[in-house]
Amino acid sequence: MRALLFRDLRLAMRAGGGFGLALAFFLILVVMVPFSVGPDPVLLSRIAPGVLWLGALLACLLSLDRLFALDHEDGSLDLLATAPLPLEAVTAVKALAHWLTTALPLIVAAPVLGVLLSLPAAGYGWLVLSLLAGTPALSAIGTFGAALTVGLKRGGLLLSLLVLPLYVPTLIFGAEVARRGAEGLPIGPTLALLAGVTLATLALLPFASAAVLRINLR
Amino acid sequence: MNLDLGKYTAEVLLAYAGSLVLLVGIVWISVAQYRRAARDLSRAEKDAK
Amino acid sequence: MPEIGVRHETMSIWEYANPRKFTATATRLLPWVAWAAAILTIGGLIWGFAFTPNADRFESTVKIIYVHVPSALMAINAWLMMLAGSLIWLVRRHHVSALAARAAAPVGMVMTLIALWTGAVWGQPMWGTWWAWDPRLTSFLILFLFYLGYMALWAAIEDPDTAADLTSVLCLVGSVFALLSRYAVNFWNQGLHQGTSVPVATGGRSVADVYFLPLVACMVGFGLLFVALVLARTVTLIRTRRLAVIEMKAVRA
Repeated sequence: MRALLFRDLRLAMRAGGGFGLALAFFLILVVMVPFSVGPDPVLLSRIAPGVLWLGALLACLLSLDRLFALDHEDGSLDLLATAPLPLEAVTAVKALAHWLTTALPLIVAAPVLGVLLSLPAAGYGWLVLSLLAGTPALSAIGTFGAALTVGLKRGGLLLSLLVLPLYVPTLIFGAEVARRGAEGLPIGPTLALLAGVTLATLALLPFASAAVLRINLR
Repeated sequence: MNLDLGKYTAEVLLAYAGSLVLLVGIVWISVAQYRRAARDLSRAEKDAK
Repeated sequence: MPEIGVRHETMSIWEYANPRKFTATATRLLPWVAWAAAILTIGGLIWGFAFTPNADRFESTVKIIYVHVPSALMAINAWLMMLAGSLIWLVRRHHVSALAARAAAPVGMVMTLIALWTGAVWGQPMWGTWWAWDPRLTSFLILFLFYLGYMALWAAIEDPDTAADLTSVLCLVGSVFALLSRYAVNFWNQGLHQGTSVPVATGGRSVADVYFLPLVACMVGFGLLFVALVLARTVTLIRTRRLAVIEMKAVRA
């Protein structure tokens, strides 16, 4: 299991593995925002939490179609499916690897990009906390979407269509925590709901992903 | 009988017109596909014999 | 006396899981359901449109309710039917049930669109805006996205059994997230939308008989229309698949 995780991490780090691509996308997206809505710092600081959350979410989406694609092409996915390790664990490890290689860099970068959008000083901690609590769900849901579309040749666009509606609850609660944090409002219940959604997703979706993967490998 | 729609005539007519277009559309497509499938299948079954 | 080795003829609902039997029964039922649906829908809509008084506050826009409420009802019921069909397929592997779920999706999507459209046209004079990020409106928009994704997945996969499996799982997972979104959206924005006018569960209602009776006619009419469309579309899918099998055999021969 640990070997699988390290293998996935190494593959992602390797040139062309897509590591850093999501980060660059996140940066560009955030830079584009003032160009589209104007440089007014008051407006920017108001929309900053939402924009950062949306940017992180879209950046997470970007690398999903590669999640199983490489393993599917070289046949190692079939090996994984017949390995003693249950497929549920494989999908969980895949989601973890995606989170470590894609979401974690985004979380580290988010406060820096917050400066560009003049995020209020009170908001930084809560932004990072909300991303930490929310992005694992994004990775788990994304793994499910990637497992659904693994056999398809041009699954990328379909993958976005399938995954984005599933992201809605996480986005709502996550951006709400970040916004309330930035505006100095009470956060407790929203954060609890966000964490609840994430925990439920993490508990249930590896099973759905594994079921879907089995169907696709039949 | 009450056909006096008052100042909201445009809204009510627009709502009904749009809905009817969508309803008739899905019925139309479904019926067309139903007929085509029935015809194609009976032809193919005849050919197969 | 049941004999060993002889399949006993008992009537059960699962008899209709046989595609042939389903097709035979559905084509026999279809004209009746279709005519009943047509009469009730068209009659109910004319009744509502032409023979009901205008309301005090809403004036003539109250007439939009005869399209709005039934379509919204069927938009949700269609998804529930798809959920049931998906579950039956996953548990009992009856092809008809997977195909019925597939057949219901476009109908549900159209119902969602009608509900959104009539709501927007009604909201424009009443709330002063075509669109508000009200929880109910937002949930319906999300429901619409789910229909799109579900149909796109069906269209993308070639192998029919794989497609049925994957869309069924998507329907299950999607249902959970749709419900979750409903609560999330509720939490996120308090709404403008009025409460339900025909709460079936409690039996009470907040509309007078003159509006209620044509509304019931439309609701039943839309329900029958949905049944008729799903029957016809399911039969179409069964026939298309049988046609594909025959053609495959012809190619091999």
